[in-house]
Amino acid sequence: MSTEHPQVLIEVENLHFSRGGNKIFDGLDLEIRAGQITAIMGPSGTGKTTLLRLIGGQLRPEKGVIRVDGLDVHRLSRKELYALRKRMGMLFQTGALLTDLSVFENVAFPYREHTRLPEAMIRDLVLMKLEAVGLRTARNLMPSELSGGMARRVALARAMALDPMMIMYDEPFTGLDPITLGHIVELIRRLNDALGLTSILVSHDVEETLSIADYAYVISEGKVVESGTPKTLAETTNAWVRQFLEGETDKAELLTEKAKDYLDDLMGERRA
Amino acid sequence: MGHRALGMFERLGRSALFFLQLLVSLPSVFLRPRLLIQEIYSVGTLSLLIIMVSGSFVGMVLGLQGYVTLVKFGAAESLGVVVALSLVRELGPVVTALLFAGRAGSALTAEIGLMKATEQLSGMEMMAVDPMKRVVAPRFLAGAFSMPLLVTTFIAVGVLGGYFVGVGLLGIDSGAYWSQIQDKVDFYDDIYNGLIKGVVFGIVVTWIAVFEGYDTIPTSEGVSRSTTRTVVNSSLAVLALDFVLTGLMFGI
Ligand SMILES: Nc1ncnc2c1ncn2[C@@H]1O[C@H](COP(=O)(O)OP(=O)(O)OP(=O)(O)O)[C@@H](O)[C@H]1O
Ligand SMILES: [Mg+2]
Repeated sequence: MSTEHPQVLIEVENLHFSRGGNKIFDGLDLEIRAGQITAIMGPSGTGKTTLLRLIGGQLRPEKGVIRVDGLDVHRLSRKELYALRKRMGMLFQTGALLTDLSVFENVAFPYREHTRLPEAMIRDLVLMKLEAVGLRTARNLMPSELSGGMARRVALARAMALDPMMIMYDEPFTGLDPITLGHIVELIRRLNDALGLTSILVSHDVEETLSIADYAYVISEGKVVESGTPKTLAETTNAWVRQFLEGETDKAELLTEKAKDYLDDLMGERRA
Repeated sequence: MGHRALGMFERLGRSALFFLQLLVSLPSVFLRPRLLIQEIYSVGTLSLLIIMVSGSFVGMVLGLQGYVTLVKFGAAESLGVVVALSLVRELGPVVTALLFAGRAGSALTAEIGLMKATEQLSGMEMMAVDPMKRVVAPRFLAGAFSMPLLVTTFIAVGVLGGYFVGVGLLGIDSGAYWSQIQDKVDFYDDIYNGLIKGVVFGIVVTWIAVFEGYDTIPTSEGVSRSTTRTVVNSSLAVLALDFVLTGLMFGI
């Protein structure tokens, strides 16, 4: 799938968004190309989850346009938006499995809601999806009986159910042991290539993310501060990005403008 | 103070909008009768036992209190009417609604609130499934539909409780108990009006419950607060509405 100039599947143009008076995006621009894994990285709280929700049409931007497959997400009618969402898969940070349904029923959920397939076929499809994430044998468990990594894989099987054109992964790596993490990393790459998907990978785990991404954006303070292939990113001249990529997120945060008034903050109570 | 009042009106507006949205989503429920039946079953089983137990105690107390008063006027045979009328007109709908709010209403709020807090509702939206249609509407319909049935059960059990005390323990004539009820309880004035109350309370309590769940702040503290609010607000709403409805029914 990785031809020389794959076409752009998702465009984000001049995106502005705030929450409770807090500016989260301040003129964000980015492009996501079809067939690739595009990473979006940034320190905790920069609005990565928010960005995915904006792309999925769950939140409205104040300004700017998000186009997915040529459609302006926030100009669509409700019906059109729902039709578009059937072609997007999203893996939530928490998995978001339906707790009153078994693993099997969770994966069967999209089929039951959106198709009229006969039961036997649903069964086959569900087992295929579960097999793809290596959890066919766990089909009768309830979500509360799953480990974090298993829950995320079930959620992934569910996100793939309707054979979407793209999958958005929200922090798929956090809180996993190294082995499970390796599984998930490999799974994301394999699914992307085998199914010709487009993947957006949101994460602050730099190493794992860059190991599978075709292209990466680093965002901070509501803007893209650096972008490029993992290789070019490694040669960045931006000191903040360098710090961030070298894995010391805490230090990176200290380097931001805000950190300057740390002392003021500490002294604030006494002065007031 | 002004701030709080403003916040209250904002919530009121939001809940009204929510109700409209809910009404629009209702027809879709009838396309999925299985979902509705499942919800009716869970709301019903949640509340049936407590409704029956409470109904029988309320009926027995009415039997005792009624007897003590009536016997002074030599009218102990009218005990059946006193018990039945109090139950049909007031206690049946009101007490059932209060119990329903505490049992089924709070459970509905907690369930929907937790689904929101754990991103299950968001997840559904991203799977192009409208949570309003899939989660909220069936629960609302089930609640609104179950309430009148529960009210009827409460009244029936209550009348039997009164019978047990009046006829069984205090020795009133069994024939008198029933025939007086048959004579004096009017279908339109009493039973019909009582059921209207049941329907209205059912709609209001379930509406409050699903709204509070859907509108919850998605944290465990938020869910617990919404659950409390469901019980408090719907109990107050039931008592206030009871006053209004009774006034209207007596044509004042
Ligand atoms: N429901 C909300 N209401 C108000 N503010 C919110 C809400 N959700 C998130 N925020 C704020 O928006 C900002 C971005 O949040 P977001 O969840 O998108 O960050 P993130 O980059 O995904 O962080 P993490 O890596 O920790 O998941 C945060 O500063 C957060 O405080
Ligand atoms: Mg996040």
